[in-house]
Amino acid sequence: MVYFVQQLINGLQLGAVYALIALGYTLVYGIIRLINFAHGDVFMIGAYLGFYAITRFCLPFPIALLIAMVGCAIIGIVIEKLAYKPLRNAPRIACLITALGVSLFLENFCSLKFMFGPNYLAYPRPFSVINYNLSGLTISNIQIIVLAVAVILMILLQVFVMKTKTGMAMRAVAFDKNTAQLMGIDINYIISITFGIGSALAGAGGVLFGIAYPQIHPFMGIMPGLKAFVAAVLGGIGIIPGAMLGAGIMGMAEVLTSAYVSSTLRDAIAFLVLLIVLLVKPAGLLGKSTIEKV
Amino acid sequence: MTSKFRIKRPIRKIKTILFILLLYIIIQLLMSFDIINPYFQKIICYAGIMIISALGLNLIYGFTGQFSLGHAAFFGIGAYASALITRLININHSLILLVGLFIAAGLSGIIAFVIGLPILRLRSDYLGIATLGFGIIVKVLFDNADAVIPILGGSRGMLGILPLTNFSWVYLFTILSIIFLFNLINSAIGRALISVREDEIAAEAVGVNTTKYKTLGFVIGSIYAGIAGGLYAHLYAFLHPSNFDFLKSIDVLLIVVLGGMASISGSIVAATLWVFLLEGLRVILPEAILDWRLVIYPLLLILIMIFRPEGIFGKREFKFLIYQEKSNVQ
Repeated sequence: MVYFVQQLINGLQLGAVYALIALGYTLVYGIIRLINFAHGDVFMIGAYLGFYAITRFCLPFPIALLIAMVGCAIIGIVIEKLAYKPLRNAPRIACLITALGVSLFLENFCSLKFMFGPNYLAYPRPFSVINYNLSGLTISNIQIIVLAVAVILMILLQVFVMKTKTGMAMRAVAFDKNTAQLMGIDINYIISITFGIGSALAGAGGVLFGIAYPQIHPFMGIMPGLKAFVAAVLGGIGIIPGAMLGAGIMGMAEVLTSAYVSSTLRDAIAFLVLLIVLLVKPAGLLGKSTIEKV
Repeated sequence: MTSKFRIKRPIRKIKTILFILLLYIIIQLLMSFDIINPYFQKIICYAGIMIISALGLNLIYGFTGQFSLGHAAFFGIGAYASALITRLININHSLILLVGLFIAAGLSGIIAFVIGLPILRLRSDYLGIATLGFGIIVKVLFDNADAVIPILGGSRGMLGILPLTNFSWVYLFTILSIIFLFNLINSAIGRALISVREDEIAAEAVGVNTTKYKTLGFVIGSIYAGIAGGLYAHLYAFLHPSNFDFLKSIDVLLIVVLGGMASISGSIVAATLWVFLLEGLRVILPEAILDWRLVIYPLLLILIMIFRPEGIFGKREFKFLIYQEKSNVQ
């Protein structure tokens, strides 16, 4: 039983990182209906920015986290302006292929020698690991920090989207782009903001991933990116609480499979969950299925 | 207007057949005189394999409109199935390849049917994600396959496959694939497939059994991938699960979209260009910036999409791939 609860806590930690990435996918998809495949690589860049902030410049953890978030936000906005904006009216598949192109570019460009290099790097822990023992359960301060940062960021996002004027504009654009434009909302500005926020969350996710699973490399973003995206779909894409729920389920499924079945099968089980959910509830767990009208 | 075509059609047919034969003879001659070295021969064969695979995805996505991100899974199923069969038979004769390919096509077709029937109810992006999930599950199963069948090698890779694929086989199957797809899409079935892509609800309303045709397109496209996989397995004689991961599905998707969706000519040209450019850059670029090869390629991709979002060919075809109706008017 203790073992099971221990695994649940580990699953929660992984789910929290997935949730931070999944939120970016869901925000972007909600607004421009684009599967932003480059998002996983923004996550990778976030991890590296945090890495350099901690090792080269010896900055404390909160500042490193902030630098990664701001850096990723800028990168996200630049990617949108350069690669996706010219395709605003192109067929959707063209945007998707461009997103894949950006993703491949970031991965391969970052593994060039003058950038981050192709090798695995050990992520530094900016503070020593302390394990708290609660009647058999082991909880490390890393887990507490990961969860706390993720929860705080999610609450901030929820408040931003629900309570501020920009957040309201974001929801309006997601609901109906053309009508929103007629109401005087600057679409391009909102899309930039969305990319910025999504990428900042991914950057934070990257740093947290780095301190929790301390090894990084330029291709580290592919699998977490895919899983986070799947998590967003699982919960109902375009819905913020759905992304968190889906990420939690993905994290749990993965950790519990590693613990009880086999760690080599964990990806298969996680995606099997997705297939089953999609077949039973095609719009995702929290999604509303829409009736198609002619 | 049709009387003109009635005379022209056979002439064009003969011209096309002559062209196909001539191309084969030229490449075969160049090979026998060692002007094309064995390394380059393999690349030519690989281009043919990619053409077959891309035609399969073009049928699924370009013609039938079903977004699939799991094409490499069927490619891999075909590769592993055929490699296993030829290894079990273990006779080093070129004709054994046919048995392998038959099994590859059959198995990928059956699996496509079983998986396609439930998931093809999903639409656009959701279907893409479901097929993506399927692809990753299949890859994980390949990774763990040695637990059930040790020869498959699991994550260590499968060794000892007979190198039965040669240029003639690849050429034959590429041509057959093109002819079959060309005839398929210009038949009643093909029109039904295209109607599903254009508007599923309208197609349903005029009596097209959309589930049947979506599944049919998916199964045939996957059989293409299976055959391509079978040829691939016996070309390089080594299989590794990472050859069939998500990125490989993406490669095929890139070829289809770059060439132009629903354009057979587009897929042929894009697959050939893609294979030769990636290999060509390896030869042309100086050692120092060899790493830049994989940076230039995505940049090209982004630029093509920004300036020509409909792909190289759009929906156009080469002249010999344009279908002309036989006249019914006397």
